[in-house]
Amino acid sequence: MCAVRGLTKTYPAVRGRRGAPGTPEVRATDDVRLDIRRGEIFGLLGPNGAGKTTLVRQLTGLMRPDRGSVEILGHDIVRHPERAARILAYLGQESTALDELTVSLAAETTGRLRGLDVRQARAERDAVLDELGLGPLAGRPIKKLSGGQRRLACFAAALVGERPLLVLDEPTTAMDPVARRAVWSAVDRRRAERATTVLLVTHNVIEAETVLDRVAVLDRGRVIACDTPSGLKERVAGEVRVELLWRDRAPLEVPEVAALQDRVVESGRRWTLRLAPEEARAVVATVTGGAAFAALDDFTLATPSLEDVYLALGGDAQQGLVKA
Amino acid sequence: MSVVPAEVLPGSALAVDETARPAVVELGPRARLWPSLCAVYRAQLSRARVARIPLLFVATFQSIGIMILMRGVVDGGAEAQAVVAGSSVLVVAFVALNLLAQYFGQLRASGGLDHYATLPVPPAAVVLGAAGAYASFTVPGTVVTAVFGCVLFGLPVAHLWVLVAVIPLAGAALAGLGAALGLLAPRPELATLLGQLGMSAALLLGVLPADRMPEVVRLARDLLPSTYGVEAFARTFGPHPDWAFVLGDLAVCGVVGVVSLAVATWAYRRAAVR
Repeated sequence: MCAVRGLTKTYPAVRGRRGAPGTPEVRATDDVRLDIRRGEIFGLLGPNGAGKTTLVRQLTGLMRPDRGSVEILGHDIVRHPERAARILAYLGQESTALDELTVSLAAETTGRLRGLDVRQARAERDAVLDELGLGPLAGRPIKKLSGGQRRLACFAAALVGERPLLVLDEPTTAMDPVARRAVWSAVDRRRAERATTVLLVTHNVIEAETVLDRVAVLDRGRVIACDTPSGLKERVAGEVRVELLWRDRAPLEVPEVAALQDRVVESGRRWTLRLAPEEARAVVATVTGGAAFAALDDFTLATPSLEDVYLALGGDAQQGLVKA
Repeated sequence: MSVVPAEVLPGSALAVDETARPAVVELGPRARLWPSLCAVYRAQLSRARVARIPLLFVATFQSIGIMILMRGVVDGGAEAQAVVAGSSVLVVAFVALNLLAQYFGQLRASGGLDHYATLPVPPAAVVLGAAGAYASFTVPGTVVTAVFGCVLFGLPVAHLWVLVAVIPLAGAALAGLGAALGLLAPRPELATLLGQLGMSAALLLGVLPADRMPEVVRLARDLLPSTYGVEAFARTFGPHPDWAFVLGDLAVCGVVGVVSLAVATWAYRRAAVR
């Protein structure tokens, strides 16, 4: 339903001014090719600055690509960006346009601006607020709500006035589990009833693994992999992640520990290692017995996550994907 | 941690494989100009409930304060008329020009325009709805200032009804200017600065009697749209107002309003898609 071919966007270099250094030319999306199928939840995963938001802005008609094509449900969005607004609903990261409205008016106004008449807009507003459990907050200004509630209110506004494609940029940021559940139930209902497609931008690896049908991993503007979450994880199935948390510092006087030093990703007292299963077993045996054990605070042994996939695929960001 | 209900797990995937070329799906409806303009206007107007003090009160207090100060300098006659008219229109300049420029400047900088840009709404509806709401915010302040000024300087209140024309026309001119400045300024601080400067110009050139000003300042005064609102209003305090001049001044406001709102709509279109 959504086909992206050769999408390229380069931000020009900015010349430095007094007090502000210049930035070189940045290729924010680099020859991106994607196929999103009808009714699936398709994810874009990548660290900050990978080009997720730039890609989404080009798909929603907010930004013109330098090259390439975007076709959504048979419509050419590069040539007719104004059509995007009539095909998709977009939940951006910013809520400033709705902040000073009440939850109820934000949803109703958004519905009216999607072309609904007053009666339809009110009926859909009531249904959506009810579905998301926002009824008790309907009369409160969005600005006065907590971060997660504010996000949920904006999500409600995105749902009023049905669209076959929902583009959600980190919809569940700061939400509690109850609100997250409300979001995914609402998405699931629309998928089941109307085969609604969802394009989800996310940082949250746990959420990505559980809700996505397929995921494209972005790194420096390029799609470095695109598969189901389990398909991606199979690529690193031979590895196990070992995390060691030392009491105050690593006991480098123990030769077995010192030998690991050039293979770890170190962050403070935490060491992260990606190892073959038998190696991992040996490491755990070493650190849980003998001299190293005295210096050990905690350790975990885990099967690979999408984050490990990202790193194994040659992702650049050392800190990985998770924002929080 | 439970992130999702079990029934949403992949595998329950409903994805349809599309081997054939997908059919062109019909587009959702377009929002028409008037209904969406009304919706934006109503939503913007409701913001006064949350931001009551800056939108409704600050400008009034400022204008009343200025009139009380000028009371010691000016005593009756044409100068008093100019002070009352200038202070009343200053409320319009403060809210419609200054605050609207700041609002659009911030909306543009923070990415808030994306919300409107991803809805099938005509650009004119967003700009006119917001400008109309900001012009409406000036109504109570302008009326209170005008009545208070008339009482303070002993001016006749017989022709205050002319505010019914002055507020919307001066409001259109200044709100259009404010929206255009806010949407064109490359940074939000610049939008704030331009709005403040416009408001200061309206204050200095509108409230202070023109007769004592040097030629350059009088020229600047003629270039400022708020001047014509002030003049139109000030003329009506006389015993036999010359209505042709009043209409002429108001017509200038109207023309500036149409032009500046058209520029603001163009600026919105430009700011929304980068």
